[in-house]
Order: sequence, then C-alpha cells, then structure tokens
Amino acid sequence: MPAGPVPPVSAAPAAIEAVDVSRTYQLDGVSVPALRGVTLTVAPGDYVALVGPSGSGKSTLMHLLGGLDRPTGGRLVIGGRDVASLSAPELAVLRNETIGFVFQAFHLLPRTSAVDNVALPLVYRGVGARQRRERAAAMLGRVGLGHRLGHRPNQLSGGEQQRVAIARALVTDPTVLLADEPTGNLDSVTGAAVLELLERLNAESGVALVMVTHDQEVAARAGRRIAMRDGVVVADSAASPAEPAAPASGLVGAAHDPPPSGGDGGPATLVPAPSAEPRSASGSGPGHPPGGSGGAAGATGRLPRPGEPDGADR
Amino acid sequence: MRVAEAWRVALDALRANRLRSALTMLGVIIGVASVVILVAIGTGTKQRVEQQVEGLGSNLLLVVPGRLDVGAAPAVSPLTLDDADAVSRVVGDPDRVAVTVASGATVRAGNRSDFSTLQGVLETTPSVFTRDLARGRYLTGSDVDTSRRVAILGASVARALFPDRDPVGQQITVSGVRFRVIGVFAPLGQSLGVDRDDEVHVPVTAAQRLYGTQRVDGIAVKAPDRERIDELGERIVAELTRRHPGVEFSAVTQEQILGVLGDILGILTGVLAAIAGISLLVGGVGVSNIMLVSVRERTREIGLRKAVGARPRDIGVQFLLEAVLLTSIGGLTGMALGVGTALLVDALSPIPAAITWWSLALAFGVSAAVGIVFGVVPAQRAGRLDPVVALRAE
Repeated sequence: MPAGPVPPVSAAPAAIEAVDVSRTYQLDGVSVPALRGVTLTVAPGDYVALVGPSGSGKSTLMHLLGGLDRPTGGRLVIGGRDVASLSAPELAVLRNETIGFVFQAFHLLPRTSAVDNVALPLVYRGVGARQRRERAAAMLGRVGLGHRLGHRPNQLSGGEQQRVAIARALVTDPTVLLADEPTGNLDSVTGAAVLELLERLNAESGVALVMVTHDQEVAARAGRRIAMRDGVVVADSAASPAEPAAPASGLVGAAHDPPPSGGDGGPATLVPAPSAEPRSASGSGPGHPPGGSGGAAGATGRLPRPGEPDGADR
Repeated sequence: MRVAEAWRVALDALRANRLRSALTMLGVIIGVASVVILVAIGTGTKQRVEQQVEGLGSNLLLVVPGRLDVGAAPAVSPLTLDDADAVSRVVGDPDRVAVTVASGATVRAGNRSDFSTLQGVLETTPSVFTRDLARGRYLTGSDVDTSRRVAILGASVARALFPDRDPVGQQITVSGVRFRVIGVFAPLGQSLGVDRDDEVHVPVTAAQRLYGTQRVDGIAVKAPDRERIDELGERIVAELTRRHPGVEFSAVTQEQILGVLGDILGILTGVLAAIAGISLLVGGVGVSNIMLVSVRERTREIGLRKAVGARPRDIGVQFLLEAVLLTSIGGLTGMALGVGTALLVDALSPIPAAITWWSLALAFGVSAAVGIVFGVVPAQRAGRLDPVVALRAE
C-alpha cells in the first residue's frame, strides 16, 4: 500500500470519486440543499483537510464520502462501486471494507473494553472471536494503547478514547479514514498528539485521511486542503500547485463558482506545505521527529500526485 | 454477524439494565406461571375425575331412562325392581346387576345430624362397583328381601354422626325411621366438588318403603367382557323399551361418561389457560414497550454499529434476540415458579394439580414467540434507523 502512489501514473484508481454530487434534504416539504454539486477525488494515501464554516456542507460531504448517506444527485463511487447501485446491506459491507470513521465524540460503546470496541467492525465482517481480539490488540499497540486493552471508555482519558476510536477505524485496514473534527473534544496538547498519530498512520499505512477541521494550523499541515462554503467546494489545493490560475479547469476539486478567496484560510494555505510545521506538543513521538517523518514520508508519496495524475485523468 | 456474537451482545444489553430487565421479565414470569398453574389445576382435576370414574369398577354399563348428554334434563324414572330382574335375565347373572334409588336426606344420631345422599341399593352393589368397607359388613340378600332397616355409612357421614365412637351397631334415624348401622365405607374423596363419602346405603326395598315409591333411578350392569359391552347394552335397552313402550333408555359405558366429562373439563382447562394467556399477552406488551425505549436509548450505538458495517439485519437481529432473551428467561423462570406453585397446591390443598410436559413446552414456546412477535417492531425500527441521524442523536 505505501508504495502504491509512488509511480505517479493516471492508472491509480481513486479511493473515492464524486462527480457533481448534491444532497438535498426535505424538511416539512421544503427542499433544503446541503450540497450543491461537489466534484472531487480522494486518491489512496491522500491527506485532505476539509475546512469551511459550519453549515457549509462539510459533515454532509463526509457522510456521503463514507457511504453513510446517499447523494440526491450526481455520481459517487466509493472503492470502485457506484453508491447508487448498492442496497443498504451492500452499502454497509462497503463501509466495513473501505471506510474507517473517527468522530469528534469518539462514539465508543460504553461498558465495553477497549479491545472489544476496536474489534467491533470485525464482528460484522464475520471474523472469529480469537482472531478479532488478536487484530484489535495489535492495532491498539500501534496507537500506543497496548497496555490498556481491558480498560473501558470511562477508565480512559479523552485522548486515549480517541486513540481507541482510531484503532477501531483502522482495524479493518480501510482505504480511507474519515475523521470529523477528531481533536474537537480534546485539549490542544492531547489534540496535537492525536493529530500526529493520524498523520503517522496515514504515512505508514497509506490509508487516505480526510479530516474535517476548524483549526487553520491543522489544515495547513495537510497535504491538500479543500474549502467549502454554502454546499460547494470553493477551493481545492490539489488543483492549485499545478495551475493556480485555473482552479476550475475540470480538475479534481472543480467548484461550480470559484470565489477567489474562501472566507476562511485564504489563498495562503492553498499551497500545501511539504511538511507540517514541526509542532510536537506531546513530545512522545515514537522515534521519528514529528512532522518530519510523517510529513516527509507522506510528502514524497502524496504531494506530487494530486496535481498531475488527477489532472491527466480527465 | 455471527449468531453466537449476537446472543452475547443481547445478553450484555440485558445485564446493563438489570432492574429494568427484571421488571420486564416479571410480566412474562407471571403470565407463564399462571398458564402453567391453571393448566395444571385443570389437568389435575380431569385426571382425578377420570380416576374416580374408572375407580367405580371396570366394564360398567349404566342404564338410565332418557338420553345421557350434557345438559339433558333428568327424567323421572319408570324403572322398577321388576325391570332390574328383566335386565338380570338378559345379562344371565343377577350378581352383575345393581340398582339405585337415591335421594337427599337428613340423617340423625342422638343430637347430631348430617345431610347425606340416601341410596337404596341391592346386595350386589359391591360386586358391580368398587366399594371398600372400612368396618362392619355390607348388605345381604335377606336384608334386601325383608326390607331390613340396616345402613352402611359413608366415611364423612360416619365422622359427622359418630366422631368419637365406632358407628357399627349404633342407631340412626332418617325421616323418623330408625336404621341400625352395620358397616362403614372406606373414604373415596370428592368428585367434581361432590362429596362421595356422604352416601348412606340401605336396602332398596327399605328406601322404596321410606319414600312410598316403586321406582328405581338407574340400573348398573357389570358386563362379563369388554368386547361385547355395546351389544349387551343394546339388548338391555331393547328389553326395557319392550317393557316400557314409548320411553327412551340409554346404556352408557364408562368410556362414554369419561368422554362427556373430559369434554367439559377440557373446556374448563382451555378457559383457564386463555385467562392466563391474557396476562402473558400483557407481559408481551411490556416487552415491546421496553424494547422501544431501549432502541431509542441506544440510537447512537446503533448509528455507530451501522457506520462500522452493521447491516440493517444485523441490528434487527440483535434487538430481536434481546426481546426473545427477555421473554425466554422470563418464560423459564415462570415455568419453574408455576411448577413449584402447582406442586405446592397439589400437596397442601384439596385442589388437584398435575404438571404436563405439553403445558410446559407450550408455555415456553408461547413466551419465546411473544418475544418474537413483540420484539419485531422495535427491532425493525432499529434496523431501519438512518445512520447519519442515529449518530447525531443525543
């Protein structure tokens, strides 16, 4: 997997591909559009920060990208399968196989040990109990919680709970990790550590990371930044490095109407920084300098790609 | 999701809310226990009545005027002792024929009295019916021929009149006429609420003189063999019809009596079970209610499970199993409670109760079915929840 994106050829299949996707809610007979035509591609190994004011459609987009919801218009392909053609059970299986979710509120099962929480997705994959526990324990080890297997959520700190949730999201070896403000309920030190963990996992395992965030610093560390407003993508840095002048040239993140400056962030952050700013708050980076290893290893893998191969795709 | 896993999850969920689970189960426990207890009482009563009818003796044929049927009006008997003689000739053995003329009567001894059933009978009665004596002797042919005023007392009559003395040899009076006690029956117990130990047997001739009548109420025949009992009955009915033109007679066997009684008691048992079933139904509604609460409470959990790949069916099965587990555990507990109570009732009260395997199987089956029926709606509701909405729930 990590070697996958290295040859920057157009043949690399997208993990998720959305073409002119819209989502309209019916509230008391009134149509409320939450997404109005979003086109983007998430490639394997991508590190995407999704930013935008509340109500801009970030969460709706995340739900769609994760197969939790279906678009009311456009085409959405997850893991090579068109969501529109899938039944509810098939969609559930697709989620199980290709998507990992990390929520702001952790969403761990209460009264359930860390290892059983992590093993939960494997239950629905039909993996036997013994193998489930082994894989869950190994995954907890990777997030630094090998010593907390039997602890219940209420016996863990917030940061630890989110690490358990991350382990749960990754135990199925998904291609895309969707994190909806994963640090939103954590203090800055803990949040930074969790963020570092996510980046490291993104770099090591090649899982694509799509993260909703309000934090501009966090967004700046991502390899790619997508800004949303009023249900459309107003900026997608994947298109910018190659041809900053023509963001709407039919490339990945083509928004319908590209306002020159998204209210939040601005053009300065559109250019992806090759590595996140070296902000090692927790300092417990296992071995490698934070940002350095995660950023550098990931950068070589993912940074060159978004601009060129995706552009060639069209 | 594997079934074993689903069971474990369901069990965990019940454990998480112990008190609520227990209270919900209580409804099912009471329902199942009442089904088991009431069916046991109905069955026990039926069994006891059957035993008593069979205990009358074997190969019995009862000859009565009119038609023996549920709800048939009792007819005034046209039968006399001459008819009994005629029946004896048909049967070919006078010892196999017994008669009775019965009436309620107050029996006195000293300053004590007891209301009993006075039966005028032949000396053949013990060879036709099974009746054991506790003390003394039974009637003889000469007692009957000479209308001797002697009596054999049922156990409860003996106890009421002579609580502290041996009744044999004592005097009793019926309607001012004195009889001498020559024997006491062994206790028989009750049948359909009728005390069968309240009988007083006297010679049929003495009873007829006492009441100023020639009639006998019925004739009983002990058939020589079982195979030809129906044919014998037909010949007896034909002979009696010849002697009393225009009067209808019936000769019924124990099997037929048992059949009629069995029908009545079967209906009784069914009604009892239905009443108990209503409480089981109410328990089921309680299960349904608590499952809906449970689904609502765990909406976020459902959303999370769906997010990580649970199919609607996985969620539905999980909640259905939870409901079935509730009612099954309740059902088993209710069965144990019902069996225990029924055994106590049988041992400590005059009400008979008999546990039947089918009633246990039925009670458990019904309680599990109640879980499915009343769990299906909440389970479907859980399975269909929109994961996005579920994850956002408070």
